[in-house]
Amino acid sequence: MSEPTSREQTPLWEVFVRARRGLSHTHVGSLHAPDAELALRNARDLYTRRQEGVSIWVVPAGAITASSPDEKDAFFDPAADKVYRHPTFYEVPDGVAHL
Amino acid sequence: MYGNDFSAPADAADDTPGGGLLGEVEAAEAELRAAAARERRGGPAPDEDLAAYFDDVVGAEQKIEPRDWMPEAYRRTLIRQIAQHAHSEIIGMQPEGNWISRAPSLKRKAILLAKVQDEAGHGLYLYAAAETLGISRDELVQLLLDGRQKYSSIFNYPTLGWADVGAIGWLVDGAAIVNQVPLCRCSYGPYARAMIRVCKEESFHQRQGYEILHTLAHGTPAQKAMAQDAVDRWWYPSLAMFGPPDGDSTHSAQSMAWKIKRFSNDDLRQRFVDMCVGQAEVLGLRIPDEDLRWNEERQAYDYTQPDYDELMRVISGNGPCNRERMAHRRAAHADGAWVREAAAAYAAKRTEQKEKVAA
Repeated sequence: MSEPTSREQTPLWEVFVRARRGLSHTHVGSLHAPDAELALRNARDLYTRRQEGVSIWVVPAGAITASSPDEKDAFFDPAADKVYRHPTFYEVPDGVAHL
Repeated sequence: MYGNDFSAPADAADDTPGGGLLGEVEAAEAELRAAAARERRGGPAPDEDLAAYFDDVVGAEQKIEPRDWMPEAYRRTLIRQIAQHAHSEIIGMQPEGNWISRAPSLKRKAILLAKVQDEAGHGLYLYAAAETLGISRDELVQLLLDGRQKYSSIFNYPTLGWADVGAIGWLVDGAAIVNQVPLCRCSYGPYARAMIRVCKEESFHQRQGYEILHTLAHGTPAQKAMAQDAVDRWWYPSLAMFGPPDGDSTHSAQSMAWKIKRFSNDDLRQRFVDMCVGQAEVLGLRIPDEDLRWNEERQAYDYTQPDYDELMRVISGNGPCNRERMAHRRAAHADGAWVREAAAAYAAKRTEQKEKVAA
């Protein structure tokens, strides 16, 4: 097997790290690894050398479906004209407390 | 958290060089968050010119992200720059790796190992950022091995003594940080974010180098002479790291307009010189420049320019260690082939087994 062919098959993984208990996992970057186990070990070595996390997720990059920036406006449009979903939309009469 | 096995240095962390730069990195990070918070528009309108939209986003100090439309030349410039940066981190492991086995104490050895490991990590962050622009890791690695993409010329100089490890940390990493801190504000999101990470880690590199030199410079006369010799050899190559003078710099103007680059080569070089003078005084070491003196009018130091002909010779492959560095990298890549093949074969076998069980 020639080198480039075997390397092209090394999948890309997206890495998410939970910095501390109570926080959500956050995307920190990506790396290449042949399988999930090695991806996890590599992610530990690459992204948590200074105790940056207490938990790591690795996700095959190909498994992520992303919305396109081109359709961003249209895609998120339905929420744009529904300001009444925010509490600030409503007028509270003077003197009303605990609302 | 750097090396919490060791006691903290006696002087306050804020007094050590790089403190101000670290503050700038944090400011860049805060700015990145603030820019994200004030995002004033989404994608381009259906009938909007994509180039105008791109200019608008960059002009508003917002970040361009991988799937956004971008001019082809912007993409190519970034790939070239980020790849060269990544290659530099990888090749940059060699001059210092040379001293891991001969570090003077276990503490210094552990620190140097961690530093060289960081360089590998920085290379990987940057390769990952370059890949978001649509080039594969294999292509990037191959471009380096074939000599079709460059790495920083500084790594073609030899590390002749232990003090060189100190001089590299103080001067080379110091110059790198001055160069890189403005990149934390680069208009391309993945590069800016990678650089914030790199710069935060890099400041430990500069401080450990400074500490090595400080220890040597306050040791025996022979140790001090060794430190001075290292500074004498690394000073001008470090000044050359900022690239050719502004008049001769080919990529500058467009990169400034795209907010990839924020300051000119000469501005950054001046900033570096001004920073180093006071630091050298504390070390008790001499910067090897007879014409170095404060210019009241410019409120900056006058200094002797590095030898740009030498820089060009080193860039074009004729520095002291170019061939050695490339031969070493090619050998390391070839020697690692069996590991990559074995890992791929193992992953394929396990997938096969899983499929069998599922069937």
